[in-house]
Amino acid sequence: MLPVYYYVALSAILFIIGTLGVLIRRNAIVVFMSVELMLNAANLVFVAFARYYQAMEGQIFVFFVMTVAAAEVAVGLALIVAIFRTKQSINVDQINTLKG
Amino acid sequence: MFLSEVASVGGYFYLVPLVVFFPVAGLLINLIFGGKFSEKLIGWVACVAPGLSFVLAVLLGISLVGHPEGVTVPFVDWIKLGELELPWAFRVDTLSVTMMLVVSGVGTLIHIYAVGYMHEDVRHNGDPSRYRRFFVFFNLFIAMMMILVSADNYLMLFVGWEGVGLCSYLLIGFWYDKGKDGIGNAVAGKKAFITNRIGDFGFLIAAFLMFWYFKSFNFDVIVAKAPEVAAAAPGVILAMTLFMLLGVTGKSAQLPLFVWLPDAMAGPTPVSALIHAATMVTAGVYLVARSYSLYVLVPQAQNWVAIVGGVTALFAATIAVGQFDIKKVLAYSTISQLGFMVAAVGMGAFVAGMFHLVTHAFFKALLFLSAGSVIQGLERGHHAVEHDPLLRKRLKSEHHFDPQDMRNMGGLRNRMKTTFWVYLIGALALAGIFPLAGFWSKDEILAEALHLNPLVYWLLTIAAFFTAFYMGRQIIMVFFGEPKSEPSAQAQESPAVMTTPLVVLAGLSLVGGFMNLPFIHTFTHWLEHTIHLEEVEAAAEATPSYVVGGLNLIVAGISLGLALIAIAIAYYFYTRRAADLQKVPANKRPDDPLRGVLGPAFSVLEHKYWVDEIYWAVIVNPYVAISRFLAEKVDWAFWHDFFHEKIIVGGYNGLVWLLSKPIDTSFIDGIANGLGQGVQELAAAMRKIQSGFVRNYALSVFIGVVVIIGYLVLQLR
Repeated sequence: MLPVYYYVALSAILFIIGTLGVLIRRNAIVVFMSVELMLNAANLVFVAFARYYQAMEGQIFVFFVMTVAAAEVAVGLALIVAIFRTKQSINVDQINTLKG
Repeated sequence: MFLSEVASVGGYFYLVPLVVFFPVAGLLINLIFGGKFSEKLIGWVACVAPGLSFVLAVLLGISLVGHPEGVTVPFVDWIKLGELELPWAFRVDTLSVTMMLVVSGVGTLIHIYAVGYMHEDVRHNGDPSRYRRFFVFFNLFIAMMMILVSADNYLMLFVGWEGVGLCSYLLIGFWYDKGKDGIGNAVAGKKAFITNRIGDFGFLIAAFLMFWYFKSFNFDVIVAKAPEVAAAAPGVILAMTLFMLLGVTGKSAQLPLFVWLPDAMAGPTPVSALIHAATMVTAGVYLVARSYSLYVLVPQAQNWVAIVGGVTALFAATIAVGQFDIKKVLAYSTISQLGFMVAAVGMGAFVAGMFHLVTHAFFKALLFLSAGSVIQGLERGHHAVEHDPLLRKRLKSEHHFDPQDMRNMGGLRNRMKTTFWVYLIGALALAGIFPLAGFWSKDEILAEALHLNPLVYWLLTIAAFFTAFYMGRQIIMVFFGEPKSEPSAQAQESPAVMTTPLVVLAGLSLVGGFMNLPFIHTFTHWLEHTIHLEEVEAAAEATPSYVVGGLNLIVAGISLGLALIAIAIAYYFYTRRAADLQKVPANKRPDDPLRGVLGPAFSVLEHKYWVDEIYWAVIVNPYVAISRFLAEKVDWAFWHDFFHEKIIVGGYNGLVWLLSKPIDTSFIDGIANGLGQGVQELAAAMRKIQSGFVRNYALSVFIGVVVIIGYLVLQLR
């Protein structure tokens, strides 16, 4: 069985990749996918530690996260579609109407 | 004493408030309804009022025979302030009733005379509507004088004291639009009032001292407590009496405050007779007699009073010699005679002073009224001359005929027989010729003075000599010789309404002295019930042989002899010498034979020792200068222009500027504006964070998370 820090390291790499994606990429859909990546990095850690500690709470939490992520994807994609319809673009840098 | 007790004493004492009430009623009737009355009715109302007061005074006098110690009749509560309880109460004793009798008796006669006199006077001066006003003032005067003499405390006396002063002022200025420059009479009234005010200041200080040390204004309380207070604080009694003396010099026209009385002759002649000769001016004498219990305790004050009186008597008598105005002579004579009275009460001869007060009221009222009769006789003569084309040509100057100048008179004894005889009686009584009233009273003063105060005796004796001289001079100038002007040759006798009171007063002047004859001393015994003096009785016991029944024969002989000599000298100068002077060319002839003999000294007398001018130079002008300085420099220039305009207004403006500019605009507005601006600037800074770029927000969140986690991680370690 693989030691748990392998999973933690993989999860950290995935989380960092997701974070960088959110911060760097301009395409809203890619940003969205990066957010999913971060969520799943968290899920991986949950599962890994659930298994490591032989506790079920982590696995249950993963289900919650997946549920919320599914709902979020639905709302988020709907928003992106709506933005695209008005702006003809999904570049997040062009969506700055709330600038103070 | 309560009213019920007064009633139980018997007599008519409880009627005493009516002596004030009647004149007040008279004046109110004339004041309210007089506009519709005829002159005759006004005159009747005005004469009946003091007449009824006189009847009451007589009733009170009769009641006093049974109760000579007198009573106090309470009337109303007047002042209640802390420990001061002052009822308005009437003091009925022999002293006050004597004054009431004189005031109402002589007053009534003068009212009757005034009915005739004012009838002509208002027409002569051209305003008949003032007839009523005159009698309203006259009745008010009687009422005030009654309050003065019937008071049972010094404060009530002061009410009367001020009231008569007011009437005096109103009546001196009765023809306020006449006189020198059209304001002369008003100025004279003002002078009298202001001069009296100086005296009143003294009276008030004395009254305050009394209240402070006696805790009362009441005469009886002060009489009772006086020895006790004198033992504890002798200086207080001295101060009190000397301040009171200042009041006396004001009201009774003594040195140095006598200057108002000659000017007071600007009033109609009945005013001069009643107020400025017979009654009001004697208030000072009455006051000293009332306060005898204080004066006998301080011989020093007595001495001062006596000397003031004596010097005034002589001083005024000499001035009277040099006067040409018939009323001015009598005015200075009044000052002189008041000096006699003040000297008498000052040296402790209270009865003699009061005696002279009474007789003087008779003959001086008589003299003034007769002088009024002479003046109007001349005015009638002048009127007759002016309306007669033949005689008119003989008038020296048409406009400047002075009916009061004795140089315009002469020979009137044939034209005005009644006036002449009564005038002669008055003059002889004043000169102190036996057996007229003035002889007895003046002799009594002189006899007392001889053993009480020899210096004053000599002053008064010389004054008596001058008195006889100026009266002789006046009688001869007015009634003897040839008429010196056409109006005087045409003068007409006054109507009966004027001469009847004159005859009555002449009768009183003839027999008035018999009130206090030697051996009998009715008046002395009458007043003894009020003025208790042990020492005078003691002195009377040790009498030398030439004193017979209280009459000092030597003193009487000297004064009578001097009076006769003075009259003889006057006769020589004004008949013989005046006749000699007729030979001198008219332009070199002196207007008075005495001027030829005395030369410049006569001018000094004629100008009254320049006392008025000295007062102007020493008091009035500096006072006016100070007033002017205070008004123009201190008040206007300093207070108004500098202090108010510059300092207060400038300071206010400065303060307003300070409040508005640095404090309000800069500081308070600065806070408010700065607050707003700060918020704006802060917002401007903050809005830059709100870039609108999602990735920026995400970065912020990320950094925040890193920081928090970093912190937690470090914390956990």
